Amino acid sequence: MVGGALRLALRLGLAAAAFGLLAVVPQFSIDTHGVFSSELNSPGTLQVLALMLVFGAVALTYDLLFGFTGLLSFGHALYFAVGVYLTAIATTRWDWTLWQALLFTAAVALLVPLLLGAVSLRVGGIAFAMVTLAFAEAGSKLVNQNPRGWTGGEEGTAVGNLPDALVGVLNTKHLYWIALGYLIFVFVAVNWVVDSSPGRVWQAIRENEQRVEVLGLQPFRFKLMVFVISSFLATAGGVVYALLIGSAGPRVTTPAFTLALLLMVVIGGTGTRWGAILGGALYTFLDYRLVEWSDKAFIRESPDLIRQPLSEPLFVLGTLFILLVFFLPGGLAGLTLPGGRRRGLRLLEQSVRTEPTTGTVEDEADPGVEART
Amino acid sequence: MSTFVLLTITGLGLGAMYFLIASGLSLIYGLMGVLNFAHGAFLTVGAYSSWWLSTQLGGVGSDVLRFLLSAAFGLLVGAVVAALVELVLIRPLYQRHIEQVLVTVGLSLAMVAWVQATWGPTERVYEAPSWLARTTEVFGARVPNDRFVEIGVAAVVLVGIVAFLRYTRYGLIIRAGVENRAMVTALGIDVRRAFTLVFAIGGLAAALAGVLSGVYFGGSIDPDRGTSLLIFAFIVVVIGGLGSIMGSAVAAVLVGLVQQYANYYGSEYLDFSVLGDLSVVLMLAITLLVRPSGLAGKWSVAH
Repeated sequence: MVGGALRLALRLGLAAAAFGLLAVVPQFSIDTHGVFSSELNSPGTLQVLALMLVFGAVALTYDLLFGFTGLLSFGHALYFAVGVYLTAIATTRWDWTLWQALLFTAAVALLVPLLLGAVSLRVGGIAFAMVTLAFAEAGSKLVNQNPRGWTGGEEGTAVGNLPDALVGVLNTKHLYWIALGYLIFVFVAVNWVVDSSPGRVWQAIRENEQRVEVLGLQPFRFKLMVFVISSFLATAGGVVYALLIGSAGPRVTTPAFTLALLLMVVIGGTGTRWGAILGGALYTFLDYRLVEWSDKAFIRESPDLIRQPLSEPLFVLGTLFILLVFFLPGGLAGLTLPGGRRRGLRLLEQSVRTEPTTGTVEDEADPGVEART
Repeated sequence: MSTFVLLTITGLGLGAMYFLIASGLSLIYGLMGVLNFAHGAFLTVGAYSSWWLSTQLGGVGSDVLRFLLSAAFGLLVGAVVAALVELVLIRPLYQRHIEQVLVTVGLSLAMVAWVQATWGPTERVYEAPSWLARTTEVFGARVPNDRFVEIGVAAVVLVGIVAFLRYTRYGLIIRAGVENRAMVTALGIDVRRAFTLVFAIGGLAAALAGVLSGVYFGGSIDPDRGTSLLIFAFIVVVIGGLGSIMGSAVAAVLVGLVQQYANYYGSEYLDFSVLGDLSVVLMLAITLLVRPSGLAGKWSVAH
């Protein structure tokens, strides 16, 4: 017990220290030597940093589904986009105040995943992945269609009615702190729910859903619960993103964006609390900075065959991702877990392979053992 | 009436492309349990290879000959790329389904980004024989000729795949592998060769869909074509029942028709042109509520 309490205190201390350090970043004007385009506390750098924090947190909400419960969703972007678009539409098209918009968004953020989750969780494994993708695609089409001129189609739409403290380049640091606040909120919430008793059931579902059912629990209810919680937190991330960018654009509704969330989590390490945050931050950082780096002289002078693909962040990130899956399946977090290198993805194998309709004795086998070879 | 006929045939043409993509997805999933996200990238790469050769051929021969040559090249590239992907990236991760899905996800992003970097993000004009763009009158409707080609090709592919599975030795191995892979391996048959073959067939069918989509969408191709068609192919596969070729065929026709009708009548009477796309997703939701295992209802191939 003492050891456990000590470790908990140590972890809390480390988290507090990390968040404390992040909180004072806007006070320091440090030269970043080309890592960012300007000093540490310049508005441009702060915005990229804030985006890294937001996506770190959103990746963690995705990890709640994928890493902790074993639900491979390809539609998480939809719930993020709900937050982005509702904030923009409510404050401009309907001319609501920010608070009204936030309340409304929060209500929608509970209802939509409750409804869509109830339908898509009827199937498991790969079918669930495809269904969530289809729902996200429906949302994407709706946004592009620009119903009543609300979403602005490909152009997107701006966020309005913002309080003065959030407007203007000089106030970027306030937005940065909001992003940090969101990250801390998600981090605390995820830590809390994962260690709660439903959280233990989620992890049990990931390990072996049939056994949970045999124990007399209904996996469907627990899966719906985690789906709603994780989607709600993602929508909150969408709101913060909308404030940060100042507008809503169709990019956040695309399938590529949904897949990016998956990449973030796997890069960081699935089923680990820090891993997803690191992965989301790193991915966002590379996504924003690779374009500028590819303009560096040594790449600009190389032949087209090398230069062209390197100027596409998604080519670099996609390739990096494949290499990571092969050589570091535990993600960045796996580097710190001796012997647990492969653990993250291996644990998930079974949950996705096991289809509720075809449960057989074979599925009971240890996922680490290659039963059928 | 003539509008309805035109919509029906156009919907069938769209369904034909969905089937070409879905058949490969379904075969691969049925045999190997791999959800192949890179399938849309195979389509895009096949379509661009075919477009590339047609720009190189210049004025050689007639336009039909150029089209056939470049289409054949596109199919070949699609099949070879798919087989290579299986050999190099999927095989080492045998039985690790999540990692296989992740690799195909990364591959789909990287390949599409590569196409975009090499040939630009905007659409390219895809040269097709002028006959395909002309129309034929059917029951008073002026139907573009390419629709018939798409439907015909898909029908041939359907019959071909079913015949291949039923009457050839490899088809037998694939069917047996879907039922019980461990048993087939125990009998001393190398199932892995069937994996590569299934990927090659899937890649070929996807590239075929890519070439036909170049004609279907008014003679143009763009890097995102594969991804956008892939999502509807996924819907087709789930509605049809994962792993069932016949289920995919029926679902492809249904999805193609519903999408065309609803898109047209939606924009005509409700000023809402994505009604079709939303209806298809709604269809998927209803299927899941009523019959979660899909139309075919069994998890097997070619029944």
